[in-house]
Amino acid sequence: MDLPERVKTAREQGLVGCTRCTRPSPAGTPHCPRCGSRLQSRDAMSLQKVWAWWLVGLGCYIPANLYPMLETRTLVGTQSDTIVGGAVDLARHGNWGVAMIILVASVLIPVGKFVVLAGLAIGVRHGPQISEAWRHRLYEVVEYIGRWSMIDVFVVAILSALVQLQALATITRLYEVVEYIGRWSMIDVFVVAILSALVQLQALATITPGRASLFFALSVIFTMLSAQSFDSRLIWDSAKGARPARNPKERIA
Amino acid sequence: MHHAPDDLDNLIVCPTCDLVYRAPAVAARERAYCARCHTVLIAPRRKAGKQLIALALTVLILIAAATVFPFLAIGAGGVRHEASVLDTAFAFSGLLSVLAVAVLLFIVIIPALRLILLIYVLAPIIRDRPPAPRAKAAFRLSEALVPWSMAEIFALGCAVALVKLSDLAEVFFGPAAWLFAALVVIVVASDRLMCRYSIWTSLKE
Repeated sequence: MDLPERVKTAREQGLVGCTRCTRPSPAGTPHCPRCGSRLQSRDAMSLQKVWAWWLVGLGCYIPANLYPMLETRTLVGTQSDTIVGGAVDLARHGNWGVAMIILVASVLIPVGKFVVLAGLAIGVRHGPQISEAWRHRLYEVVEYIGRWSMIDVFVVAILSALVQLQALATITRLYEVVEYIGRWSMIDVFVVAILSALVQLQALATITPGRASLFFALSVIFTMLSAQSFDSRLIWDSAKGARPARNPKERIA
Repeated sequence: MHHAPDDLDNLIVCPTCDLVYRAPAVAARERAYCARCHTVLIAPRRKAGKQLIALALTVLILIAAATVFPFLAIGAGGVRHEASVLDTAFAFSGLLSVLAVAVLLFIVIIPALRLILLIYVLAPIIRDRPPAPRAKAAFRLSEALVPWSMAEIFALGCAVALVKLSDLAEVFFGPAAWLFAALVVIVVASDRLMCRYSIWTSLKE
């Protein structure tokens, strides 16, 4: 069945859908009769929560990159590595694959996540047609943290996705990716823990976790909360009138 | 537009974009997608309940074993040291000891709790008994815990640690390393098996 004209959102029909178990209830029902979750047609506080967690997460991400993540003591001497420094070190020793994993998990994903979340929240508030002023402000921020050059790629992708209404499905996909992938940033914290537990060879070598690990873990947790606070239905409300999907399939509900 | 209350049970609202559909009959191994945002709405599998319980029990045993047995060992200059997940968590001390709790929560307690809840919810369903008391609340909690269950991420962390160390010393796999590898595969497999819509509709009694 393709998307016929008469398919409407739950809100347009005076219903409220349960995001946990998908059952509709009449608007105003406090709890879903099927699964007992709290019902809200739209989470009115969604954007505030997204921004609050986003800010705290970013506040933790900065010290996470400034403080050392790992302190290695060997017979030769002591070495403290920040996240990026550790990855660069790995790359210098030829471990390109692992260096990439670390960089993707600890830099690319968190930074991309901050940008995407912000872009989404802004898009919902101001409509997908972002004003010149906002685009400029976004760009300034991006330039400020230009050390992570990949961020530009993200912003370009997000901006172009936000400007086109047809790309709504992509924006939703983006949101799903953000929600799913954020957990993988935790990997660096685990690596530090494993290394510290393992490398206790008395005088030969010891590894201890640095202060950055705490900030980094907190940053991951807060940005996960930020992504979860985002009510994805708001993205679709900003589209005026439901557009049919480009390739409706037979098996589609 | 008004719907009779009984009718509402036959409708399905896309949780991502809020479109309302009449819930279609979906055969096993087929999937129903939302036509607008392509979220998977219904994806039933034959005997998924039994298989999910089997997988959940396996993962529980793996987690328990992987927690206490050493998963990596390191040797240099005649000194040898091995580490289990518990040792790993307690590597954080002093100011960072909050992280010890967090690591234990993310890789042992939350994954285990989630699976116990899932077994509790599914066990009566597959035997066609009425749902267990408070099964709805249990399944809600289990679903809320999904993003916080990070055992599989820890497994990738092991691999990274291994490479980081290979310059510094000799590294050996402990028994728990293989348990973690198996765990990742099973977690991914059971995620594909689970149809939330089917579980919720069978819980409504």
